[in-house]
Amino acid sequence: MNFPILSSITFIPLIGALFIFLTKDEKNEQNKGAIYVSLFTSFVNFFLTLFLWYSFDKTTSDFQFIEEQSWISGFIKFKFGIDGISILFILLTTLVTPIAIISCINSVKQRLKEFLIAILVLQTFMIGVFCSLDLVIFYIFFEAGLIPMFLIIGIWGGPNKVYSAFKFFLFTLLGSVLMLVAVITIYWITGTTDVNEIYQIKIPQEYQYLLWLAFFSSFAVKLPMWPVHTWLPDAHVEAPTPGSVILAAILLKMGGYGFLRFSVSMFPIASEYFAPLIFTLSIIAIIYTSLVALMQDDMKKLVAYSSVAHMGFVTLGIFTFEKQGIEGSMLQMISHGLISAALFLSVGVLYDRIHSRLINTYGGLAKIIPKYSFILMIFVLAALGLPGTSGFIGEFLVLVGAFKTNFLVAILASTGIVLSAAYMLWMYKRVIFGKLENNELKKIKDMNSNEFSILLFLGVLIIVFGFYPEPLLETMRVSVDNLISNYNLEVKKNMALN
Amino acid sequence: MEYAAIFLPLFGSIIGYLSKGFKDFLPLLITTLCIFLSSILSIIIFYNGIVHDQYGNYLIFEWISSGDFTANWTINVDPLSSIILVVVSLISFLVHLYSIEYMRHDPNKPRFMSYLSLFTFSMMVLVVSDNFLQLFFGWEGVGLCSYLLIGFWYKKDSANQAAIKAFLVNRVGDLGLAIGVFLIFLYFGTINFSEIFVSVPNFSSKQINFLGIEINLITAICSFLFLGAMGKSAQLFLHTWLPDAMEGPTPVSALIHAATMVTAGVFLVARCSPIFEYSQVALNFVTIIGMLTALFAASVALVQNDIKRIIAYSTCSQLGYMFFAAGVGAYHVAIFHLFTHAFFKALLFLGSGSVIHSLNDEQDIRKMGGLWKKMPFTWISMIIGTLALTGFPFLSGYYSKDAIIEFAFLSGSNLGYIAAGVGILTAFLTAIYSWRLIFKTFHGKFNNQETNQTNIHESGINILLPLGILVIGSIVAGFLFKEMLIGNYFSNFWDNSILITKEIDHKNIPLWLLISTPIIVTISIPISFYIYLKNKEFLNKLKFNNQKIYNFLINKWYFDEIYDFIFVKPIKKVGLFFWKIGDVKTIDRYGPDGISKIIKLISNKATKLQSGYIFDYAFVMLIGFSLLLTFFIIYI
Repeated sequence: MNFPILSSITFIPLIGALFIFLTKDEKNEQNKGAIYVSLFTSFVNFFLTLFLWYSFDKTTSDFQFIEEQSWISGFIKFKFGIDGISILFILLTTLVTPIAIISCINSVKQRLKEFLIAILVLQTFMIGVFCSLDLVIFYIFFEAGLIPMFLIIGIWGGPNKVYSAFKFFLFTLLGSVLMLVAVITIYWITGTTDVNEIYQIKIPQEYQYLLWLAFFSSFAVKLPMWPVHTWLPDAHVEAPTPGSVILAAILLKMGGYGFLRFSVSMFPIASEYFAPLIFTLSIIAIIYTSLVALMQDDMKKLVAYSSVAHMGFVTLGIFTFEKQGIEGSMLQMISHGLISAALFLSVGVLYDRIHSRLINTYGGLAKIIPKYSFILMIFVLAALGLPGTSGFIGEFLVLVGAFKTNFLVAILASTGIVLSAAYMLWMYKRVIFGKLENNELKKIKDMNSNEFSILLFLGVLIIVFGFYPEPLLETMRVSVDNLISNYNLEVKKNMALN
Repeated sequence: MEYAAIFLPLFGSIIGYLSKGFKDFLPLLITTLCIFLSSILSIIIFYNGIVHDQYGNYLIFEWISSGDFTANWTINVDPLSSIILVVVSLISFLVHLYSIEYMRHDPNKPRFMSYLSLFTFSMMVLVVSDNFLQLFFGWEGVGLCSYLLIGFWYKKDSANQAAIKAFLVNRVGDLGLAIGVFLIFLYFGTINFSEIFVSVPNFSSKQINFLGIEINLITAICSFLFLGAMGKSAQLFLHTWLPDAMEGPTPVSALIHAATMVTAGVFLVARCSPIFEYSQVALNFVTIIGMLTALFAASVALVQNDIKRIIAYSTCSQLGYMFFAAGVGAYHVAIFHLFTHAFFKALLFLGSGSVIHSLNDEQDIRKMGGLWKKMPFTWISMIIGTLALTGFPFLSGYYSKDAIIEFAFLSGSNLGYIAAGVGILTAFLTAIYSWRLIFKTFHGKFNNQETNQTNIHESGINILLPLGILVIGSIVAGFLFKEMLIGNYFSNFWDNSILITKEIDHKNIPLWLLISTPIIVTISIPISFYIYLKNKEFLNKLKFNNQKIYNFLINKWYFDEIYDFIFVKPIKKVGLFFWKIGDVKTIDRYGPDGISKIIKLISNKATKLQSGYIFDYAFVMLIGFSLLLTFFIIYI
């Protein structure tokens, strides 16, 4: 057994959090120590993940870097391992966390130390979700992530934070209770909670439908899908900027990851059976929430609703069971992680200065803060899926996959590309262009080097992956192929039986 | 060399943008120089193609590879792309040069030049693509630059509205294009042009079920591709953005909304001619839309008063010509008209820009007049541009427009005859509105109270030089390239880049048709001279007697109002409905809020139980005990 790199990546943030916990409270100062410690740990983690990516074998679909330790003998094993799908999510997590921490410096004014602890603990849970190869361990991480996020919204949130935090909690809890029952049922059927073993054993068809629904209820809330999406806009509006960044960039992706790792892989027959349901909900998500986004007067709500629409493409792509569809979904998730993080950070930049998220507070900013206007334009264009940005490739591939499956679904989904252009450009116009009418705006300063560098970094990544997505595609290719061929095998076997 | 030609504009755009902090002339110099070099290289590429037959396909790198879907970044030089490259880079260079003077007083010049260069790059990427996805990239890229440049003066609300409108209407077209590409990939398994064209015959009679409609596959593909072309080339129903796009600076209108971007639709149809040729239905559709647009836009142009909008409608109308040329199978003639049109339309726009510039941004032709003495050079170039546009004998427009009408006539079908008739009628209307513009702007009395006549002066050399070059182009482009592009030996030039079905044969064309257009455009000069300068009463009477028709025309057939009523307002209402009624009043009310209400209710009840009085507890205990007892009695 080599160096346990996966557990290191997972638990380094926790150790960092412990260190911050032990630092003295410096009431008057900005708590620099805490920031340095958290930045240091998150960067170490990021570079470790890069190393992990580098040493990752892209030619096999087997799980790699497996670590196994029995916890409760014969029942729960502590099992970690990754494949071409999960490594990308880990990478996204360790990339976005330092960005969120840097943004704390500007946007979190009180109890910074505790906030950083919450973020680091959250990071451990998120990475744990993507590493776990044991259902119970996965469940624990998946649900544990709720707590720090609940605190981030509930303590550092805006005026309506309690309502939003509880709404967030209520929705997610509803799904997770059902998932817990499903996890227990799976153990009862197969006698194991090891994901890989369950793949081999295959769950009998008659159980698949209910189990699929139980998992679905949890992932659908997380993602979120229509109609259980209403917690997201509220949560985003109240959450502080770093909270929104992590919520949008990573937490939502757990749902998509769950669909791939569990729903499709463990319950292929039920997945095929329920695909029309997913298509319907995805289409509604794309069109309905785009229209709602169009009418928003709050920038964060607008971005939140647009996230729901973008996640509609993700679910649509996964359940086409086509290579283009699933690879497109994966790209869409990664790219949405970058774009939504960037958009929330951009809104945060304005909020830190004027303390308003309302679109009509602004207008005519192009002249006063040109750097900001320029960089926001990149993210707006990426969000509306302009070719040459990562946003385009995901949506395009998903639609290619959808066209192979169903014309009507594909055409309805592609209207999303017109609608997304409408709400994004209209928002940009109202915030950046036009005459400067609000006198308060005249005083504001353009981005500081801190803000500028992280946004520029995200912008460059978005454009690079827009022109050259091969590094991402290459990493996931074999795993996605394997996932689809397993799925097809099962579905064919089932067809033959009937 | 090919790489340099394509990437120099991008390089210029980025460096120009970054160097804006330095001396003012630096960005201007860099961008203009890059485009200049790029246009020289394009001409060399074009020349090498004709003389040495040097064409080729250069792979830059792989873009997307997912399953059996692959798309590459490539530079594909063939006759079609090489000639368009020349048009794009040359006009772009002239416009860059012109902008140095035209935008002199604008503080954001570097940004402007950078956008112009970026546009040139995107257009070139579109043109040299060998697959649909890269074409789509360029297609959206030029749309983006058009959006940025229309809204360049971002303080003007109307400019912002126009920019968004342009982008959105184009996106509707792009949606069509994208669906076309999806269908192609689905059935052909590739998006590479040459691979598709090879296998088109195998699919020519394939029927597919598209949303419950049984339709020929090729017809469906072509219709969707053409929807994209309609958006980009501002054809009827998707044309509404083009007149509004005139809110942008005039050099932009010349480059993007006259010479290059709007012709991308025509380019697409010509590029896909091997597909279109297999669907007569789609071709008829193209012809009809082209015809209607030509006539519609010309009719609206008759009564408009904004100098740039008149030319914009004129562009719309000329694009209609190109499409019905393509619709009757004369793709090469469509490209020939595209080629000549680029010169004289850019000339007209830049000329009108010169007028607008010297009148302190006045665009209303009712407030002009008698300018010819003050701006003789602009006046002469505008006249030459107008002559070329109307198809006056031996200027460039004459060759291409007549060829279109002749081809339509020769196609032999009823639709072809109608198209030829519409072509002649539109030529007449074109002549009338073009001369109206000239007479109202340059002749008659000076009608502007705000600007003093003595302040008006001819523009500087940077404006006049591009005009001069375009004047030469407008005069000779038709004559020089006629033989090569549409002559009897054309197949040597076009090679296989455009499908050519039939050659033009003057023997089969009746003499009256050959001479009718030249005669019409010639006699329309005195006619318009009479009604617009000599006898204005006649026009007023005409207007008075046909008030309804006049209103219909001046309101552009009420397209904007109808669209606003059908699309814009309902969509906003539906969005609001989904938000307020769907999300807040339904999902939240019965979802989380409902649950929390129930919980609150129960807990309220529960707190009442915990009253602290012993008899309450005793009562509850009694009930519990009796329930338990009943349970045991029944089951045990």
